[in-house]
Amino acid sequence: MSLILNEEQIFLKDSAKKFAAEKTPTKHFREIRDSEISNCYDEKVWSEMVSLGWTGILVPEEYGGSNFGVAGISSILEELGRTLTPSPLFSTAVVGVSLIKHANEEIKKEILSKVVQTGLKLSFAIEESNRHAPLNISCLAEKAGEDYIIKGEKSFVLDGGFADKFIVATRTSKNPGDKTGISLFIIDSDSKGLEVTPTKMVDSRNAANIKFNEVKVHSSRMIGDEGQGFEVIESVLDISRAAISAEMLGGALEAYEITIDYLKEREQFGSKIGSFQALQHRAAIMFSELELCKSCVVESITSFDEGGNDSERLASLAKAKVGEVFHLISNESVQMHGGVGVTDEYDIGLYLKRARVAEQIFGNSDYHKNRYAELTGY
Amino acid sequence: MENLENFRKDTKAWLEENCPPEMRKPMGPGDVVWGGRDCKFPHPDAKLWLERMGEKGWTCPTWPKEYGGGGLSFDENKILQEELMAVRARPALSSFGIWMLGPALLEFASEEQKKKYIPDIVKGKIRWCQGYSEPGSGSDLASLKTKAEDKGDHFLVNGQKVWTSYADDCDMIFTLVRTGPLEPKHDGISFLLIDMDQPGVTTKPIKLISGKSPFCETFFDDAVVPKENLISDLNKGWDVAKRLLQHERNMIAGMGLGGGSSSKKKKDQPVSSGMATMAKTYAGEENGKLADPALRQKIASFDINSHAFSLTLKRASEESKLSNSGPSPASSMFKYYGSESNKLRYELMLEAMGTKALGWEGEGFGPAELAITREWLRTKANSIEGGTSEVQLNIIAKRVLDLPQ
Repeated sequence: MSLILNEEQIFLKDSAKKFAAEKTPTKHFREIRDSEISNCYDEKVWSEMVSLGWTGILVPEEYGGSNFGVAGISSILEELGRTLTPSPLFSTAVVGVSLIKHANEEIKKEILSKVVQTGLKLSFAIEESNRHAPLNISCLAEKAGEDYIIKGEKSFVLDGGFADKFIVATRTSKNPGDKTGISLFIIDSDSKGLEVTPTKMVDSRNAANIKFNEVKVHSSRMIGDEGQGFEVIESVLDISRAAISAEMLGGALEAYEITIDYLKEREQFGSKIGSFQALQHRAAIMFSELELCKSCVVESITSFDEGGNDSERLASLAKAKVGEVFHLISNESVQMHGGVGVTDEYDIGLYLKRARVAEQIFGNSDYHKNRYAELTGY
Repeated sequence: MENLENFRKDTKAWLEENCPPEMRKPMGPGDVVWGGRDCKFPHPDAKLWLERMGEKGWTCPTWPKEYGGGGLSFDENKILQEELMAVRARPALSSFGIWMLGPALLEFASEEQKKKYIPDIVKGKIRWCQGYSEPGSGSDLASLKTKAEDKGDHFLVNGQKVWTSYADDCDMIFTLVRTGPLEPKHDGISFLLIDMDQPGVTTKPIKLISGKSPFCETFFDDAVVPKENLISDLNKGWDVAKRLLQHERNMIAGMGLGGGSSSKKKKDQPVSSGMATMAKTYAGEENGKLADPALRQKIASFDINSHAFSLTLKRASEESKLSNSGPSPASSMFKYYGSESNKLRYELMLEAMGTKALGWEGEGFGPAELAITREWLRTKANSIEGGTSEVQLNIIAKRVLDLPQ
């Protein structure tokens, strides 16, 4: 796979960088966080993203998208990650769109065009426990004539508090832990019996807990075949893991750069603290680890677009490595800032908070180390 | 692209005809060909293979043709390496001349010097060693004291070098010598090539914890060196030295590769991890998984880092092709990571093999097991030679991160 971005991807990355600098610097994030807007995203910013075509980057041209690929949208997310831009872009344009692409023609026409044109917001309800466990699905969908009745609960539903439609992973047969028997449905957020409780996370972004109190859904709203949902889920999760790794890389790079700047300006004992070897070596290690992360991310995000046959393992490679390094850098950055590092006034603490939430999304480093080992035959 | 395809076709054909069958067999520890005036070949085919490769300049594929190199482009060299790998060809020649001295000569030597020394490196006629460190100058290399006095038509060299690899088997040594004052220390150093075949140069092997002696002490007592052996200007040797160290670091960084599961996945072929396969043999497996979960987790971490590292080396090479630049201060990152990773690789092997990795000699252990024990001890020098890990981190902090000094 490519280890260098092509011109098109660089163009997207540059325009996202400009966008983030102008429209969504961290100041913007703070404003939303401290305002009455409970959703933690800005409608105006979202509609600008939509008009730039970002929601259509993974959408095929016949449905109005640009089909610029996973590397394209991930490059944008990396830049938005640098300024901690909160938006439904990841949930909608990466996870949601990738799921809908597996649906039938009618659904694709209906939903994808709305995502591209009007910024219809999608959210994926999969998790049921405190840690990522995509096979442990017990939320039931029972067949009743032409319909299915969904009963159960979901948690950590990203951007679930304000989504227009949910894609929910349910069990239609077999037991939690089985690869077969999982089915995916599209549910409108105003469906009867759907109880959405927004949860504000430590990074001030929005997730939700959802209760399905016998929610009725027509069988035509199923994605793929009954009981065969897991294959779809795994392929979508891998794209999403690669993309969120790119966002995390952006956050890690920014936290690192902010810290290096601080080392060059802060004085103690009559010297710049960056002249102390105790800090220099740790900074040099952060630099080295970030170089490794960049390679993992670019290899992983380009593998989907170039039809690589190792995409699963590369997604786990990226999520495991970047997760570990963002963890390290977020801790080191706060420590190297000293006292001001734990104040709300300085941005550095915001990266620490985002790091921990992002680490959990679709599997933390331990989860992906284990998966990497499995995929490598041990 | 068409030219490249032709190049591949021609290369395939040439290798088919010219790579002797014996040179396509796996290499044992004694099979490395180092070249030199008294070159020892493990097999007559090794001599033939070196002559043929040397004639094409393919021992140094990207060096200019006028000095005996292959004159290949980045892409052509990539193809050559792929085709060499495809027939499992052994390296025709391993040498510090290729890895370290040659690139520095190409950059800093005079035309006359290039014509004199580089073709012999390509053909493996002269075996080189490196005379940098001294007993009192390790990490603080620039404090070196070995003195070269100007005697009109020659230099007279006195002093001692240490950690000179294979000095007892080498023909020539490239050295850093003091030709100017001790302060400022970087400004009195020159880069000098010294013929070791003279009474003023003697060597003494150093026995390491591994039981082997790959390094020597080298003594200069009134060694005579012609003036034309000075590379670059007088007292400008530090610039050459730094550049050469970058090449050395890249070479050592390469040790961080292999062993992990970093290889590209081939179609319909499952990937595997060399380390994990080995660990399964010694520590057992359950349902296809390595039986010891803690060891498995450590190996997974190692494999992930090793995979990430090899991708990074590849990325750096693609980027340097785009910007047409040589090694940069970031090569310190590769040296740091590569050597630390190689040390970890052997520590993990020891952990996986248990007491089987702790034999010293004789009965009860296989030759491969005994070799791993010795190699584990050898790897401890990886993060010391060519600049310690700490020195690499200093260089990154100063030259890459631009932190205040």
